[in-house]
Amino acid sequence: MTHMPTALGLTASLAAALTAAAGAAQADDMKMEKCYGVALAGQNDCAAGAGTTCAGTSKVDYDGAHWKYVPAGTCVTMKTPTGMGSLEPIKS
Amino acid sequence: MHSHPDLIAAFRDGLATGTLPPGAKALPAEIDRRFAVYRNNVTHGLIEALATRFPVVKALVGDDFFRATARLFIAQHKPTNPVLMLWGEDFPAFLRGFPPAAGLPYLADVARLEYARGIAYHAADPPPLTGEALARAATGADIACVALHPSVQLLRARHAFVTIWAAHQPGAAPGEINPLQEEIALVLRNRLLDVEIWRLTRAESLFIVGLGKTGHLLGAAGAARVADPRFDPTHLILRLSAAGALISRETTDV
Repeated sequence: MTHMPTALGLTASLAAALTAAAGAAQADDMKMEKCYGVALAGQNDCAAGAGTTCAGTSKVDYDGAHWKYVPAGTCVTMKTPTGMGSLEPIKS
Repeated sequence: MHSHPDLIAAFRDGLATGTLPPGAKALPAEIDRRFAVYRNNVTHGLIEALATRFPVVKALVGDDFFRATARLFIAQHKPTNPVLMLWGEDFPAFLRGFPPAAGLPYLADVARLEYARGIAYHAADPPPLTGEALARAATGADIACVALHPSVQLLRARHAFVTIWAAHQPGAAPGEINPLQEEIALVLRNRLLDVEIWRLTRAESLFIVGLGKTGHLLGAAGAARVADPRFDPTHLILRLSAAGALISRETTDV
């Protein structure tokens, strides 16, 4: 057994894996959307606006300035006690 | 009059010992009781923070044992940083050297796993490699380099810490666990910002170590092949990419 065939075989595996990953990643890029106003306090994925920095920091339920990742297409159909989810930050 | 650092130091000592710090003011008849309430709030808050951070450790030892343990830990390891997520790193080592917990030798490893989950959750979020970038890498697969997302952490333990952790998640089916089974865990935060824990083989872990060090895919895969001649990187690369754990090497320097 020599070193070369092993390296060639591995390179082929890597190329195939990366190509498959590329296809999957292109599909993934489309799948999720940021949904504002539907996250419970502390459950937001990341935050926007003064006073907060990132995930898990929102202090109130259904805060319009905080978003949560949801499956694409489901955001604006989410009904919360303060109204529907929004793809844009909700001004209060 | 006391300088601010002196005041803070006296206050910290007071929290530990109960000695009223100079400068504390209230009705003389009430001041000791009021300071006691304050001390209790600090301890209670920290116990709750620790319980939130280490829920499976708490489940393994039970509420009373956990609270008593946490109280002792807090006495020796006050937070040194106002960011509470950075506190608790010493808890696994504390548990390892804690004689009452000696009957649960895997407890410290489970605690390490839970701490790593918190770190992964709060890690920075550089963008994953796009489909385009991955396709480009595929055309030069022998020289392609990637970096791992900052949430990615590799942990090895002499105990079945992943299996034990998983068995204490909601909805987990009960099953036989051999606690003395060695396990390797990969902790990362996926594209949906959920923290995942994967069990890796030794060869897979060597692939991850290689990616962490040089990022060279072929070199990392070659190192894994040395440990296991049948190692095929395909599955792991697809999984890592799907989780958004592969990023550009340039992004890591930002």
